[in-house]
Formats: sequence, structure tokens, C-alpha cells
Amino acid sequence: MTTVSDSTEAIEKHEFDVVVIGAGGAGLRAAIEARSQGKRTAIISKSLFGKAHTVMAEGGCAASMGNVNSNDNWMVHYRDTMRGGKFLNNWRMAELHAKEAPDRVWELETYGALFDRTPDGKISQRNFGGHTYPRLAHVGDRTGLELIRTLQQKIVSLQQEDFKETGDYEANIRVFHETTITELFKADGKIAGCIGYYRNTGGFVQFDAPAIVLATGGIGKSYSVTSNSWEYTGDGHALALRAGATLINMEFLQFHPTGMVWPPSVKGILVTESVRGDGGILKNSEGKRFMFDYIPDVFKDQYATTPEEGDRWYTDADNNRRPPELLPRDEVARAINSEVKAGRGSPHGGVFLDIASRLKPEEIQKRLPSMYHQFKELADVDITKEPMEVGPTCHYVMGGVEVDPDTGMSIVPGLFAAGECSGGMHGSNRLGGNSLSDLLVFGRRCGKSAAEYVDATASRPVVAQADVDAAVERALLPFSSATEGGENPFQVQLELQKTMHELVGIIRKADEMEMALKALQDIATRTRTVSVTGQRRFNPSWHLALDLRNMLLVSLCVGKAALERQESRGGHTRDDYPVMDSDWRHILLVLSALGEDNIELVRKEQVPMRPELLDLFELDELKKYYTGEEIGGHRAGEAMK
Amino acid sequence: MSYDAHFRVWRGDSEKGELVDYPVEVNEGEVVLDIIHRLQQTEANDLAVRWNCKAGKCGSCSMEINGKPRLACMTRMSTFTETEVITVTPLRTFPVIRDLVTDVSFNYTKAREIPSFAPPPDVKPGDYRMAQVDVERSQEFRKCIECYLCQNVCHVVRDHEENKEAYAGPRYLMRIAELDMHPLDVADRQVAAQEEHGLGMCNITKCCTEVCPEHIKITDNALIPMKERVVDRKYDPLVWLGNKIFKRPGA
Repeated sequence: MTTVSDSTEAIEKHEFDVVVIGAGGAGLRAAIEARSQGKRTAIISKSLFGKAHTVMAEGGCAASMGNVNSNDNWMVHYRDTMRGGKFLNNWRMAELHAKEAPDRVWELETYGALFDRTPDGKISQRNFGGHTYPRLAHVGDRTGLELIRTLQQKIVSLQQEDFKETGDYEANIRVFHETTITELFKADGKIAGCIGYYRNTGGFVQFDAPAIVLATGGIGKSYSVTSNSWEYTGDGHALALRAGATLINMEFLQFHPTGMVWPPSVKGILVTESVRGDGGILKNSEGKRFMFDYIPDVFKDQYATTPEEGDRWYTDADNNRRPPELLPRDEVARAINSEVKAGRGSPHGGVFLDIASRLKPEEIQKRLPSMYHQFKELADVDITKEPMEVGPTCHYVMGGVEVDPDTGMSIVPGLFAAGECSGGMHGSNRLGGNSLSDLLVFGRRCGKSAAEYVDATASRPVVAQADVDAAVERALLPFSSATEGGENPFQVQLELQKTMHELVGIIRKADEMEMALKALQDIATRTRTVSVTGQRRFNPSWHLALDLRNMLLVSLCVGKAALERQESRGGHTRDDYPVMDSDWRHILLVLSALGEDNIELVRKEQVPMRPELLDLFELDELKKYYTGEEIGGHRAGEAMK
Repeated sequence: MSYDAHFRVWRGDSEKGELVDYPVEVNEGEVVLDIIHRLQQTEANDLAVRWNCKAGKCGSCSMEINGKPRLACMTRMSTFTETEVITVTPLRTFPVIRDLVTDVSFNYTKAREIPSFAPPPDVKPGDYRMAQVDVERSQEFRKCIECYLCQNVCHVVRDHEENKEAYAGPRYLMRIAELDMHPLDVADRQVAAQEEHGLGMCNITKCCTEVCPEHIKITDNALIPMKERVVDRKYDPLVWLGNKIFKRPGA
């Protein structure tokens, strides 16, 4: 057993211009950009390179290329995104995202991506929840794999260029596999570097760099039922907090409406929204297509009210309204939850998702090959013959690091965040397909601004040795005698997941969340004293002991923000405040860390939308979300003056 | 519905190791990875294993289960009898780091040796036009989740360390085929496949195809067509004669 030996601990050191923490879509796109701007860039990958959670994205990447319906453009995409987020989105991010997504997708083709095609040879686009037109570039139902492989291969090609010039593949861009960062360092208030450990050896590695891009993904592992992998422990969220940055929108969690519910070992694994986009319908145990009962007022004009109209939409979208199975994810998840609660669920506590009666078997296998494979191999269900059983699963966190929309920089100079670990873009609810495009748009923006930031930095901040020693000591705490007799980290993790799942889940109540916050205080004490056995080489219990610290901190943020927001909106549903309240729309809940596990929350006013963007909406629609005085500047109001 | 299974798991590092017996609970619907996780949570907290998606999409949890290269997340316990001893060992072709985790850097080294996609210089982003039927051939190979089971099972390198230098392995020979069949790739890849990446060492025993969890027909659709293209190029008498007569400068 290794003991604490801070002064004798050998630490490998590296110097880079930009360090990107996270090797999913956002991280890789940021690294490509930083390297293209001439910066020496490190990519820190918690798993092996190419295994990041982006591979799990199935449906596609939203971009208004207009290849399938030429009426699509960035303004329609912008409107859909704002509606999906219930107008709480950072409108500037939503604007940049809608405008830049097509270029980011086309760029992937120059890296070698092979999307499915339209009959005239362009990138094909598919329908998805909340998107007015077919908008998602896709490859069957394995779009995330195509995206990550394409970016991975682009990085290899940049390394090959460097090899030709310098004889060293890693001259300008180096990937650190299976490396976890545990702490960021600052000097004079600015980012100076970070430290972490190699999983393989258990040895520490320090990076000195003036700019760091966080691209660590989400926090789903804090919940019992999730579509997320072990990596999703809120590392970037927690690193940012501990470095003095702020988080916003942490009360908004997306429970994807369709996760597998049976057998227990696969509970939570994602069933792509493409099943519904391609015609799949939801039914309860009485065989009723129930989504028609759950169309909320704000969406009444855009969704079909009869199955006949909904079915006509698939072939004639211009003259019919879309079926309610394609409402934004928060609406569908709540509807499924209500059906199950009312006793109309499937045998294993979900509802039925039926594609078998809607498409021919060959068509299902062609359009949804990995869903066919997944159900066949893991659940013995042939989706071309029987319906699937599905239910909500914790899928995505809308909340994240508060950043400047144009540059992606947090309030800490030199610290950037992109992708799921940044906050604002998706407001209170993300539309399916907007995640892959978000990664590309803001990954590139962060890489570019990090490079510009480095250029503008006169002298490199120097990491203080005392900070390094403290970080090493904290990381080795689970091995030390101070934690002797402490619990096994796996047990504490289960408790944390259960607490969040049961008390701060899909439907929330004040008293339950108060209980959760109390339970988290107790879990905090236990997290500090978890004890691990064995050595430091690839020891999963040590890795989890350190991840737990992050999971706890972000869980506190979720609990605290969820208790504060007294309304229901998007990915935040309060049983005791069931209605959306315009007075809350413009309020952001900003979280910062006061200590290891102490969170402060302040309210902040959202910046009002630019008038010409506000004018993209009809006044009647805005009235459903905004208070009267907020929309005084709308073109309709101005015209009346 | 639950019962106690007899698991025998390889524990150790690059220097030494042994098979350790564990009695462990199994419930309905579980896969081998669930059982490994149960061991981790209970009596073997430090048991090293790689995994990510647990849905057969990332290719992380490759190991050998009763001697067969498999993804642990896609190997259902119901495929074994309740009394069967289930032996789990690390991939044999790659050096062990610890327990079920191996050093797969061989694959990343090979990946870097394959020249990347060469885009057509005169086509702007957004102007790429390709027919579905033409992209489908390469798309099959792009389903690859890089689990390295094919690299592990291929007998050219499985028990022949000395071949690793010259042989890219099925996954990366398939990558060459993928790029060669890409409708818009402009690089010439066929001769290099043979001379630099060891295509000729593959003698099409189809072991790679057999273990592929994505059911990609690696041998039939990638390696054999690639071999045929190479033969057409390399052994075409006219091409051979041309090469002799019009010697490249410096050759």
C-alpha cells in the first residue's frame, strides 16, 4: 500500500500553450482549432482516445443546411432552439450555434466524414423532436461514432503533417490517454496549469499552460438510472468551481424520455429519438397513443391533434402538423412519467415504443441498425416484431460553466469551457441533435479564443509549488492513514446516486430536496474519508474515490438550484410549483464554491435579447414566456405606437 | 432468478499473475461486465477493467471470456449454464498493464502510420456530392468501434511478436480499404497497403470477421477486395513494363 509522500513524489512535467481537458467532440474540435492557430496543444483523455461519451450520440447533428427542406435556415433553427429551452437560453449562444452549425458539419466532410446522403448526393437530414424541418445530419443511428472518429482521424492527420515537418508526431498536438485531471492551478488570478494522474501507473503529471479548455461532458453518474458512462462525474464542472469559476442552470437536467427499462442491467441505456423521428409511436398498457393528451398550451399550434394528421405529417410536412411524440424531450419524459404513475405503464415500469407496426422490417434494420442490435442482444426483443419498453433516463445536464458566449471564457482568465460542461446554450431544455452541433461550434470557438488569449498573454503564469503539493496530498488522501476504517467508495457512490435519483429526480418537491441536501452533507463527510486498498496502478476504487468528490460538488449545485427555482420549466419540474412563471424566465441561478463542499447561490438577471432577434418571433408566442414590459420593444408593439 | 456463478478472473500485472476464483451472484438479464462490476463493488475493489458505454458502442471492455475474444458488455450470462466455470482473461496479443487491462498502444501506433483522408483540392466544404450507394461501402467499415478484438485474434500477430513491426492488422488494413473506396479520396493507397502495411501477410482465415462485434465483413468486403486491387496494380504486366521503361526520377 502506498502512503502519502508529498515531498518525495516524482511528478512528470509538461509545458503547453493550451491544455484541453476532455477528448469528446468538444475537446477534439477545440484542440484541432488551437493547433491550427499554431499553439502547442495537449488533449487529456480520461479514457482511451476515441472512447469518449460522444460515441453514444445516435440521432444526429442539427444544422440548417436545408438539404431536405429548403425552407430551413438559421432563423428557424434559432427559434426552435429558444422554444425548446423555454426562452431561458443564452440567446447569443443560440444565435451563434444556429448560424455556424452548417459550416461545422460541412467541414467534417473535408476531414473524411461520410454522412448518409440525399438522392442528389448532399448530406441527408432527419426529423427530430422540436425541430421544424428535417435537420439532423446523420449516419444511421451511429452519428456520434462518426463524429468522434472523424475528429480523432483529423487529429492523426495533423500529427502526420507535424511528423513530416519535424520528425515528431507529437510536436504540436499530444494526446494523454487515460489521464484524469484532479485540480487546476492559478497564479495572480489567472490560469497557470493543472495536475492529474495516469490511470496506468498511478503517477502524477503536471501541465503548465496559460489556457485550459474544459470539455469534460456531463454529470449523469450522480444518478442511478442514466445513459451516461463512468466518466460522467462532473469533473469539469467541479474543477471550474474549485478554480473560482461559476456555474449556471444547474437545476436543469434532461431526462431522455426513452431509455431501456429491462433487463435491470441495461436500465437507462439510450433508445434514440430517431425511433420517433422515423415514425415510432408511444403507447400505454391500454394500447392508447397517449401523447395527444399531453400537448402543452405553448405548443398547441405546432402539433397535430389527431393520429391521422400526425401520420400524414411524415409524408406531407408542409400541410400537416407534427405528431406529439416529437415534442421536446422534457414534455415527452413527463408524459411517460404520468402514464406510469397512473397505472398505465408496461410490465417493467415503462411505456411501449412501437416501430414494428409502423415500418417494414428491412426499413427498421436499415434506419436503426444499432437499436435493432441493442434490443436483440441485450433484451431478446426483436424491434421489427415487438414494441420496446422504455422510460426516462438521466441523459444530459443543461447547466454548466458560465461563459462569455462569443469566446467561451469563464470568469477566470484563461479558463474556457465547451460542450456539455458549459452552460447557457440550451436554456432549460436541449433539443435532440443540438448537442453534436454545440460541440463543434463552441469547441472551435474555445480553441480559437484560447489561442488568442495565449497570444495576448505577455508572461506565462507560474504554478506555485505549494499548490502542487496540496493537490498531490488531496489526491492521495484515500490511501492515507487519515481515512483508515473509512468506507468503500463504491458504497458511497451508490448512496449518492440513490439520493439524487429519488429526491432530486424528474419530479421535485421542496421537502424532498431539503432532505437531499441534508443527506448530501452526510455523504460529504463520508466522501472525505473513503478508503481504498491495493496499489496505485490502474486501481478503479482510487479513481472513483477522487471522482466522488466532483460528483458530490455538482450534486450539491443541482440540489441547491433546484430548491431555489420555484417554477416548472424544461428540465426542472416542481410538484409544488407546477406552472412556468414568466417572472423566473429572466433569472439565472449562479453557483460558486466557498470551500470543498460548500456552495453559494446568487440570482442574476439574464441579458435581454437583441431586438432584431426578438422580432424573429410573433408577439403572441412571446407573450406565453415573457412578462409584459420585457416585450415592449417588439416590432408589433413599436408599430402600434 | 439469481444464482451464484463461479468466476475465474486473471489478476496480476506485466510481471506475474494468476487466475483467482470468485463465487459471485448473477441476476436475470445480466452480462459479464455486470458481474465484473459486482466483484469490484464487493470483494475486489481494485480489480482493473476498462469500460465506458456498456452498450456495445465504444469498444472498451474487450477481454477473453472462456478463451474467446468478446465485449464483456455484450456477453449475456444466459449464454452459460449455471454450473459452468467462467474464465475471464485479458487480451492475449497485447502486454498486460493490470488484471483485465492491456496496453493497446500498438493500435494507436499503427493508426498513425496510415495516411489520412486526402480531400479533393478543388471541392469546397459544402460542395461534396456523393451517392448513397457509393458511400455505403466505406460506411460499413466506419461502423468499427475500435475494440481491437480483430487485432487481438489475428494469428499473424497473436503469437508472433516479431510480425508487429511490419503488419498493421485487420483494423488498419480495413482503414486503408475504407479510404481507397471513399468516393472523393485522391490518394493512391494500393501499393503502400502491400509494401508498407503488410497486407500480404494476411492469409484470409477470417478470424477477424468472426470476432467482430459490429458484424463487419472485414475479410470479404475490405481485405480481399484490397488484395485484388493490389494484384491488379502490382502484377499487371503492362503496369510492370511501364514501370521498367519509365523509371521514376531518382529510382
